[in-house]
Amino acid sequence: MNNRIVHKLNSDKKLLSIYFTAGYPSLNNTVQIIEELERNGVDMIEIGLPFSDPLADGPTIQESSTAALKNGMTTEVLFNQLKDIRNTVSIPLIIMGYFNPVLQYGVEAFCRKCQEIGIDGLILPDLPLDVYESEYREIFEKYGLVNVFLITPQTSEERIHQIDKASNGFIYMVSSASVTGSKSGFGSEQEAYFERIASMNLKNTQIVGFGIKDAETFQQATKKAKGAIIGSAFIKYLTEKGEKNISEFIKSIR
Amino acid sequence: MTYHVNEKGYYGEFGGAFIPEMLYPNVEELRQKYLEIMKEDSFQREFHQLLKDYVGRPSPLYFAKRLSEKHGTKIYLKREDLNHTGAHKVNNTIGQILMAKRLGKTRIIAETGAGQHGVATATVCALMGMQCIVYMGEIDIARQAPNVARMKMLGAEVRPATSGSKTLKDATNEAIRDWINNPVHTHYIIGSAIGPHPYPDMVTRFQSVISEEIKWQLKEKEGRENPDYVIACIGGGSNAAGTYYHFLDEPEVGIIAVEAAGKGIESGESAATSALGKLGIIHGCKTMLMQTPDGQITEPYSISAGLDYPGVGPMHSHLYRSGRAEFYSATDDEAMTAGLELSQLEGIIPAIESGHAFAIFQHKKFKPDDVLVISLSGRGDKDLRTYIDYFKLA
Repeated sequence: MNNRIVHKLNSDKKLLSIYFTAGYPSLNNTVQIIEELERNGVDMIEIGLPFSDPLADGPTIQESSTAALKNGMTTEVLFNQLKDIRNTVSIPLIIMGYFNPVLQYGVEAFCRKCQEIGIDGLILPDLPLDVYESEYREIFEKYGLVNVFLITPQTSEERIHQIDKASNGFIYMVSSASVTGSKSGFGSEQEAYFERIASMNLKNTQIVGFGIKDAETFQQATKKAKGAIIGSAFIKYLTEKGEKNISEFIKSIR
Repeated sequence: MTYHVNEKGYYGEFGGAFIPEMLYPNVEELRQKYLEIMKEDSFQREFHQLLKDYVGRPSPLYFAKRLSEKHGTKIYLKREDLNHTGAHKVNNTIGQILMAKRLGKTRIIAETGAGQHGVATATVCALMGMQCIVYMGEIDIARQAPNVARMKMLGAEVRPATSGSKTLKDATNEAIRDWINNPVHTHYIIGSAIGPHPYPDMVTRFQSVISEEIKWQLKEKEGRENPDYVIACIGGGSNAAGTYYHFLDEPEVGIIAVEAAGKGIESGESAATSALGKLGIIHGCKTMLMQTPDGQITEPYSISAGLDYPGVGPMHSHLYRSGRAEFYSATDDEAMTAGLELSQLEGIIPAIESGHAFAIFQHKKFKPDDVLVISLSGRGDKDLRTYIDYFKLA
């Protein structure tokens, strides 16, 4: 697949990916945050499409989603903000959100819009593998979108192989049994899990998410995996320091 | 046309399991085992023994003479209000706690709105000596103090849901997050016929004891198993699912659902999902739900906390869409008036939820020889404060 994500995964460095909730802290800074992240060497960005009931997220992302919705963020507003993003930004962009807003927009219309804008992939944690395969895979592929699935320490080996087969970019490896933003550091249990997955020789590389918050956890996570995603820690930073000092945060990671 | 769940977990186009991968192992384990476990002789024996000796089943099917005279038709009440803990909820929690034990789980979580399902869950956890954590919206905790006290007295921990609207929908989100964080030893006892497959079907099967009993009880009283109508209120829809279950494939039995219209369907403060909802995904299933055009789930409103939910179970969405069931909605005022009428004609104070089912007489006229069975899903003790304020009784 000719896609920015696939190209990026072929580079030999460890990838730093950042998640932020679109529309937070203020409605109209989406493009500014994306540009600033790229300027500071971030490799890939997950743009969070806020949802009223984010089941897999901890308090930090929940609160940022509630605030973003209150600020007026909608699917349409986000697409409008991003319409010229490819004039200034070249790193892979992924939209991450829950399935219901996509379903209401219309799955095909949503995917078509993503292609027009230059979005490279989607992460929809509550779109299950079997439904994707039977109803939506063709649409995603038609519009050149990578669909990213999650695995967790509880995911069976058999299912990991199914997910690997269905994936066409990377596998989002949830670091531990938790919602986002809830772990403090990685222990031997996580390291054993990282090792176990690395030794499975999957066709898709893995990027670790959940619980990455500083240089130490980033290094631990990327010892075996291709990269890591930081979400809640970055949102907390935005809450405290605003959008002006993004470079400081990124420098603290690597 | 089948009204039952298919092997993939769908009722027509509704249902399925739209869950994050973190929940997959637990939900999949349940999906693979629930039917097998429910069929075991030892399970059935223990379930029915507890329903009889502990819950007090069968619940009576009572001919409501004065109410029948008033409305010019034959009305039977299925007295779920006489169950231990005061509502139908306990049928499901007994079933699920036995299921949890057989799955080797040691920790139970639940969500609750008014606190009825929370109390029913705390009760069975005390009975089985299991740890129990109940998530409840911060606002509901404040307005349902007696049920919070009951849960605590039964040994449960009540955790406030402080996100979103701080009510049932958010308590459900918090319970799901707890399950994500505690994937191995925890079982989540969902209180309604909602959630990812197999929950709607499992809850419906546990509640189906209601219609199973109606059949033989009505045979004794009327010489026939099938009434002309079965009538129930619907929030998520577990008492309705249990009341309808054994009549779904009996076309001569009319199925009537009464939703909560709150202050009126057009008022902006309502929980009438069939009128206001659209196909979408809530709490792991595809069903009718109230949402913005953008797919954000909206806040429902009803005077009864048990019907204050923005969705309806997938089985009910299918009954609505296929035309198998007639859907009505009753406003707060209609439900309260119906509750007062039942109190004064029959000496039974219903839960406000159940009051909605009795408001059917303000919307539909029945024939003199029609036989109706109305699910009296819960008793009104918990609602005394609301009745006092509404009717200025004190």
